[in-house]
Amino acid sequence: MPKRTDIHKILLIGSGPIVIGQGCEFDYSGTQACKALRAEGYEVALVNSNPATVMTDPATADRTYIEPMTPESLEAIIAREHPDALLPTLGGQTALNLSMELYRRGILGHYGVEMIGANAASIDRAEDRQKFKEAMLAIGLDVPRSGSAHTLAEARAIAKNIGSWPLIIRPGFTLGGTGGGIAQDAEAFDRIAQGGLDASPTSEILIEESLLGWKEFEMEVVCDRKGNAVIVCSIENLDPMGVHTGDSITVAPIQTLTDVEYQAMRDDSFAVMRAIGIATGGSNVQWAVDPKTGRRIIIEMNPRVSRSSALASKATGFPIAKIAALLAVGFTLDELRNDVTGTTPASFEPALDYVVVKAPRFAFEKFHGADDTLGTQMKSVGEAMSIGRTFKEALQKAFRSLETGRAGFGADGKDAPFESLSDEALAEALSRPTVNRLFFVRAAFRRGWSVDNVHALTAIDPYFLRHLQELALYEDEIATHERLEAFTADPECLRQAKAMGFSDRQIAHLLHTDELAVAAARRHLGVFPSYGLVDTCAGEFAAQTPYYYGTYGSPDTTCPQGHNRPPSILIIGGGPNRIGQGIEFDTCCCQAASALRALGYRVVMANSNPETVSTDPDTSDALYFEPLTLEDLVGVYEREQCIGAIVQFGGQTPLNLAQALKAAGVRILGTSPDDIDLAEDRDQFRTLADRIGILQPPSGIAHSVEDAIAIAERIGYPVLVRPSFVLGGRGMVIVRRREDLEELARQAVEIAEGKPILIDRFLENAVELDVDSVSDGQGNTVVGAILEHVEPAGVHSGDAACVTPPISLPPPILERIRAYAQAFASALHVQGLMNLQLAVREGEIYIIEVNPRGSRTVPFVSKAIGLSLAAVAARVMVGKSLAEAGLPHERHPPCFAAKESVFPFARFPGAAIALGPEMRSTGEVMGLAPTYGLAYLKSQIAAGTCLPRPDAKRNAIFLSLCDTDKEKGVEAAKKLATMGFPLYATRGTATALWAAGLRPNAVFRIGEGHPNALDLIREGAIGWVVNTAGTGADHAGDGLRIRAEALLHGLPITTVREGFLAAVEGLAEWHGGHPNTPRTLQELHGEP
Amino acid sequence: MNALTDTFRARWAAQRAHTAYLALADGAIFHGVAFGARKDTLGEAVFNTGMTGYQEILTDPSYAGQFVVLTTPEVGNTGCNPEDEESRALFLSGLIVREVNPPSNYRATESLENYLARHGRPGLAGVDTRAITLHLRDHGAQKAFLHVEDTPLPESEAVARARAWVGLDGQDYAARVSTPSPYTWNAEGRFRVTVYDFGVKRNILRCLAAQGCQVSVVPAQTPAAEVLAERPDGVFLSNGPADPSALPYAQENIRALLTVGIPLMGICLGHQLLGLTCGARCMRLPFGHHGCNHPVRNLLDGSVAITSQNHNYALSDLPETLELTHVNLNDGTVEGIRHRTLPAYSVQFHPEAAPGPHEAQALFRPFLFLMEHA
Repeated sequence: MPKRTDIHKILLIGSGPIVIGQGCEFDYSGTQACKALRAEGYEVALVNSNPATVMTDPATADRTYIEPMTPESLEAIIAREHPDALLPTLGGQTALNLSMELYRRGILGHYGVEMIGANAASIDRAEDRQKFKEAMLAIGLDVPRSGSAHTLAEARAIAKNIGSWPLIIRPGFTLGGTGGGIAQDAEAFDRIAQGGLDASPTSEILIEESLLGWKEFEMEVVCDRKGNAVIVCSIENLDPMGVHTGDSITVAPIQTLTDVEYQAMRDDSFAVMRAIGIATGGSNVQWAVDPKTGRRIIIEMNPRVSRSSALASKATGFPIAKIAALLAVGFTLDELRNDVTGTTPASFEPALDYVVVKAPRFAFEKFHGADDTLGTQMKSVGEAMSIGRTFKEALQKAFRSLETGRAGFGADGKDAPFESLSDEALAEALSRPTVNRLFFVRAAFRRGWSVDNVHALTAIDPYFLRHLQELALYEDEIATHERLEAFTADPECLRQAKAMGFSDRQIAHLLHTDELAVAAARRHLGVFPSYGLVDTCAGEFAAQTPYYYGTYGSPDTTCPQGHNRPPSILIIGGGPNRIGQGIEFDTCCCQAASALRALGYRVVMANSNPETVSTDPDTSDALYFEPLTLEDLVGVYEREQCIGAIVQFGGQTPLNLAQALKAAGVRILGTSPDDIDLAEDRDQFRTLADRIGILQPPSGIAHSVEDAIAIAERIGYPVLVRPSFVLGGRGMVIVRRREDLEELARQAVEIAEGKPILIDRFLENAVELDVDSVSDGQGNTVVGAILEHVEPAGVHSGDAACVTPPISLPPPILERIRAYAQAFASALHVQGLMNLQLAVREGEIYIIEVNPRGSRTVPFVSKAIGLSLAAVAARVMVGKSLAEAGLPHERHPPCFAAKESVFPFARFPGAAIALGPEMRSTGEVMGLAPTYGLAYLKSQIAAGTCLPRPDAKRNAIFLSLCDTDKEKGVEAAKKLATMGFPLYATRGTATALWAAGLRPNAVFRIGEGHPNALDLIREGAIGWVVNTAGTGADHAGDGLRIRAEALLHGLPITTVREGFLAAVEGLAEWHGGHPNTPRTLQELHGEP
Repeated sequence: MNALTDTFRARWAAQRAHTAYLALADGAIFHGVAFGARKDTLGEAVFNTGMTGYQEILTDPSYAGQFVVLTTPEVGNTGCNPEDEESRALFLSGLIVREVNPPSNYRATESLENYLARHGRPGLAGVDTRAITLHLRDHGAQKAFLHVEDTPLPESEAVARARAWVGLDGQDYAARVSTPSPYTWNAEGRFRVTVYDFGVKRNILRCLAAQGCQVSVVPAQTPAAEVLAERPDGVFLSNGPADPSALPYAQENIRALLTVGIPLMGICLGHQLLGLTCGARCMRLPFGHHGCNHPVRNLLDGSVAITSQNHNYALSDLPETLELTHVNLNDGTVEGIRHRTLPAYSVQFHPEAAPGPHEAQALFRPFLFLMEHA
């Protein structure tokens, strides 16, 4: 009796928008679960507020809800769907917390929904610190000395009891340890403890003895209802305890435990799972080991599929989420097949004959003023994984996979900041874990420091340090040849360097030549990568799934070609998630893959991001887990004998490589790299725009700070300053005064790294638009959607809230926009996707940017119109017309769709909270509703902006409007007052409201008296802070402090007038009893 | 700094020269760098897919006469220590690895490199162990010659020596690794168990002792009468190297033990010997099972255990008198049997682990039950 037949419909909860600590790994797990459950005949209803996901593609689940992930919204869906079961363990902490809330409120009980995969009692036991500790002590495990507190006084008593510094503070029930920290003394302790209490939804913190410097390990466990359990993967952190696992460089499998120690940890991991009462599925158990004594301590366990599970799945080939979903419906491990071998059962433990390294990707450059020290709170925004035959090779590949401009573990001409430090400064840098810690380690080894010395400073295990030392010293072995000709005369040395993972770029740097020369010499000598298989069994059985990694130092293995194999197309993925490049590009890649496979092509996928659906071997016909660099991609392209490569869907990463790939003989499908570059080239683009006859903001190109000032004087302030060829508006800023320009232009020049910086006249108070269209290269262009930004121009399009169909523009303007899209597409010979950014002011349309490629709004637009634009684009790229590709004419959305972004400000105390031209959001949500106001409000709720209800306890609204916003703001305030919200306002705003007949409570400016806004927020009176200010770099003073305080207290903050107006409109409809029944995407778009 | 650089440079130069090599009887050659004892050796090449436990593997007498190719690439990381030894010596022919590392573990007392050298065993590093593994998987376990000595040796000569070697089939390796004289492992226990040492791993003795047995160990060729004269409560048939069909004396002894109805338990070679004695056949597997991740279903209760395995032969064609109790889920081969009427059972895999997972350790318990009810 394998699967359960008493359940038919299963509700699956996704993880919502991408945030730090919760990336696209849950899109991967949820998508796998949907596929697996549907293949077994279950009906799957899915809820996720994130439109950028693959799981919300209407083809993934039977019934797809893009709705806010709140208990209220879930209850409405459950009432509609009447699912038999809820699977809470595949949508990260968000789904787990939401499921627990539904359970606690009795909603699951009321509707007769059974939680499968994990039950409420075991989730509670794993998540509640005290219950977890008791359960662990009961089975004889060692735990850190600790206590949990609900008040600061309790916290202090526990600290006294433990009696040693430092102490670690972790808040309960938060993602990635938000609000936690390490306290070295009593003063820091009070501050961090209070922050943790505030951040925890249960006002609970755990205080524990410090295990700083201990070794950290993780075991990925999968078990079934019969008690069979396996370890899918073991992971060792290169970074010692003290750095959050998500921020650590990690290695699989474990490298520094003997079998005795490993098996004891394995036994105890099973014991933990049984003590917690996990019925079925995947979970992970984290351990700390004292390197001096071997004393082992249990840190925590996650009773669900986690980020590490995605990593473990990609590292081993064992699809944890898929198996977990099937185990939840009653299968046992021995009843399921190992997909990779196709013949052996899933009840086995993968054997690895390679080394996997995961490296975190950070975005500190986006948050000026934020502390880049790594600690117990996760700060990375993404990760890259690499596979090599040895640790050295895998580490080098991981560093070049990160796309931080590094070509590997140093030796690429970018080491000066680390090598130039004095010995004292270097020792200091080594003792504090930061983003660049391993480059400091390299610098230390370059100057001859010993492994013991570096170990004493970093607590990194000597096993890893010795390899790093060998890599650092080996550079001389290459450099000593001085010239490439001398080096290639010593082919064994070249082979050795490649086997150690040195990239062509690193070798080129060490020999003062360029990458292409090294590549050519290497080819001439016949030194090519060979490709190993991720086969789960270290070669013991023949594998069915073509999942490969490149490696040197092995004899060449030829690619199985097969007769009459369909033509192969390489899709280049997006690499590690970072701000400006995330899940939306992965979704495009996946949809393109499935469209091309349906047309009979063989799809070869290359990517380095383990969280993604694109790196699920099911997504393509052949998967290459490789760094996305010229060298690595050419290797794949040639081995697979592809007929072409697609660079349009993976975001900036593949686009930046397009020209080089083309030069290396790769055929780029769709719009040519020359046309893509033409759109980026300001001079050529200006000529093109003039020819088409569209206005452009006056602009100029600067190569120096002096140029920039001269241009600004000519075109007039305010100006928009931005480096060219960057992602997510990096370094982009609005400057209103000459005094500021000098410094800001200097920064932009630095970021641009030799490329010019662009100075545009900034169009104030214009409406900004994003247009996504598809062209077939046969003269046809169809607009996917026109998105109107809610915020005025000046907010990065990735951060702006937006809505479609547009709300403020008359049809003639929209018609002209469509005509411009057609004109640009023809002029740029677009074959595939194109994104236009436009601004409309006083009836005039200005072109800001044209990108002939997929944009991050493509998945959002696809959900709004009910058709995958990426799939259409993939079809036209292989020669189909738009009509054949499924988009003969523009489709009109059946309702309003609003997009809102979510920001990681809470992770970066000290960084300014304001929207501007530099993108800083990590993820997005979608609100779908029959009216604009409701759609916008739903997007706000989905983004976690919990606007108060009129009858809530904290229902007061604090208003501080800048002068230009007062007129419209007052009208909105009147509506709020009518709904019954108490209003507080700063003096100027209060005066304006008073004049309109309202009676707000006026408050003092900060520093002028009490009560001021900070007092009110602290007292808990305020439920929503509306504080509008000009965009750009010149915000300061009260506004900044008010926003920071509101953020600390988790209050919704609105900083733009238009957002405020839209939210008020939505609130009025919502509380005015406007019907708002959730609808599935399938219903909205008229599918059965 | 200079001394350090020199050490590294010497190592890199040796890696580039890769003058040492493993030659297979079918002519395949795999080049690498010698480590451990510089002594050319003959043996059978097999691969092991376990990711931990190289010291246990090195000291497992079952590997006598074999070159063990480890598929896990980074080896030596935890060094060697006196606690993790599974026997009194190293009986394997040599160790083949991708990377050999210095130790980093609080229990390590010496490096893998020293350990091999001290025990007179050669090693080969810097080879693509996956390539060897795929070769052995596709062409079967093979006779091989490892060349690590400084004096050059033509590859053809090495291949010829591998071919000329008699191999493991039909060879009594148990006698070579068994204890030369009887000894007592522990003095106290509820049951007195005599262990036939065909190449026993110490963890079997530890497991029996932990279950409350008083354990005595006797050489492989000890006559059954001698064993029975000591009036033990049960007899244990240990694991061991090579070919079970080469041990007719062992089958004779087992037949005598079965006749008197004394409780018997066997592991690995002991399991094969029990099966052969009862009339089963024994076949050679193409490349054997060597690793820590083989799923085995217990047919008596339906449970699945991940097991530690190390064998080249397997039972087949079980007679009526034997009941199949365990089966390998990967390839369906026999993993456990019990006698339908007599108090005897055995398993092909290693419930004592070392290295490998522990969950099958419960399989020692039925032995106690049999002794209790004898």
